[in-house]
Amino acid sequence: MRRLASLAVLLLLAALPARAEEVVLGLSQSNVSITTDFDGSDILIFGAVKREVAIQSDPPLQVIVTVEGPLEPVTVWRKARKLGIWVNAEAVEIDSAPGFYAVATSAPWSESISAVEDLRHKVSIPRAIRSVGAPMDIMDSEAFTEALIRVREHQGLYRVEEESVELQESTLFDTSISMPANISEGRYLTRVFLTRAGKVVSVHESEIQVGKVGLERWLFTLSRQMPLAYGLLSLAIAALAGWGASALFRAIRSG
Amino acid sequence: MQIYLPIAEVSVNVFLLFGLGGMVGVLSGMFGVGGGFLITPLLFFLGIPPAVAVATGANQIVASSISGVLAHFKRKTVDLRMGLVLLAGGLIGAALGVWIFNLLKGLGQVDLLVRLCYVVFLGIIGGLMFVESVNAIFKSRKGAAPKRRHHGWVHGLPFKMRFRTSGLYISAIPPMLVGLSVGVLSAIMGVGGGFIMVPAMIYLLGMPTKVVVGTSLFQIIFVTAFTTLLHATTNYTVDIMLALVLILGGVIGAQIGTAFGTRLKAEQLRIALASLVLLVCGKLALDLFITPAELYELVAG
Repeated sequence: MRRLASLAVLLLLAALPARAEEVVLGLSQSNVSITTDFDGSDILIFGAVKREVAIQSDPPLQVIVTVEGPLEPVTVWRKARKLGIWVNAEAVEIDSAPGFYAVATSAPWSESISAVEDLRHKVSIPRAIRSVGAPMDIMDSEAFTEALIRVREHQGLYRVEEESVELQESTLFDTSISMPANISEGRYLTRVFLTRAGKVVSVHESEIQVGKVGLERWLFTLSRQMPLAYGLLSLAIAALAGWGASALFRAIRSG
Repeated sequence: MQIYLPIAEVSVNVFLLFGLGGMVGVLSGMFGVGGGFLITPLLFFLGIPPAVAVATGANQIVASSISGVLAHFKRKTVDLRMGLVLLAGGLIGAALGVWIFNLLKGLGQVDLLVRLCYVVFLGIIGGLMFVESVNAIFKSRKGAAPKRRHHGWVHGLPFKMRFRTSGLYISAIPPMLVGLSVGVLSAIMGVGGGFIMVPAMIYLLGMPTKVVVGTSLFQIIFVTAFTTLLHATTNYTVDIMLALVLILGGVIGAQIGTAFGTRLKAEQLRIALASLVLLVCGKLALDLFITPAELYELVAG
């Protein structure tokens, strides 16, 4: 194990001087605000490749952009028919899965990154999910991870957009990542990988802050930090609306 | 126009929500029911998480019940003493219901519990109402007088109390139990429980029909308020934004419904309501029996 670790360090050191190409990133926005009329958001990610050497065209430079939402544990339930009705029967706990994950590439996936590099940098969706173990009685735990990806892809939370990164002159790149309305709050990690022949030559990381603002923020915080006050507030609004409506309509009728 | 609900964490069309509240309000005004038993399942169909739908449904009922009970106080058709006994049972029931709700939430079965409760109760109530109103139509054609039921066993129990407004001298145990079971339902299903309580008060307790609706509304206000608070403090699932839109639609709809209701015949009205209840019940039941398109479900945590 120790030998492996030292080998890794050596490799890393060896790789450093070769980093002739680097990313200069300019996000269109560093935060996404969830407001009352929030209905999803498109974030534009663009940047340039800084290099000290002449542009090398073979193998061509490719760009991969990933946006990863906060990691959370998730329980995946599988339904089974019991007494004629479908009930949640088996569960697998996934230790950590991003609430949102988008990958955009400049070339078809197979030309963008090799399987080894994907494994090392955790670029593709299955690599971004960490699942340590399933209960003993569940033999097909991969089916649960696949289901997690399928459900979240269906909800627009996980997306793979091949060939959606525009790369000009091997230098300027831009892409747009769309987030649905049901995203969760937190820090979103944005990574830009430069690859050649499936090998990662440079990585650049930055963050996007996604959060509720204004009234949404205030209500959410109140409901978590002072739940009793929040409950009483909702009752007060209900009482006022109920009383107000009957008073108003009485006034209309008599008036 | 989309509105983002801060607790449900989904974005829905505000006019759709408003219309839903309004439509249920019209029905509640026409039929004199709270409408919680329709709002909560309709919110499921809109994609609101069931836990949020149940808790917010309870909050919405507080508003519609207050609106209704004020008129009854004016007409002096609220039996406060009976209301308080029912309420005592109701609060215990609501606490019990929220406890069961949270227990099953931990087991990942809360969706099933809520849906099953709806299928069973909507099926029973819709079926009974349908049969009864069809019978009533036939009887009214024949011109027979409705029979009054007797309720001998209720009089044999201890802890007797006098309820002046209802003109009753009965044991406090049956009303407590009625209140308790309605409280449990309120917490699990996000309903007021009027559709269960009203028949129980008439047939089981033998209360005069004119005080039944006012008294049940009185009890429902406090039980649903208590349920709302319990859900808000233990599950954080009450969505004020959602409740507000539903309430606004609901109170306006209720006034329109009341005006409509006076022009229609009672039996036809009840058959219409029964069919609607059975329709919602059928849709929920189908979802339980038909093989789902997605066999897997995600639960955070």
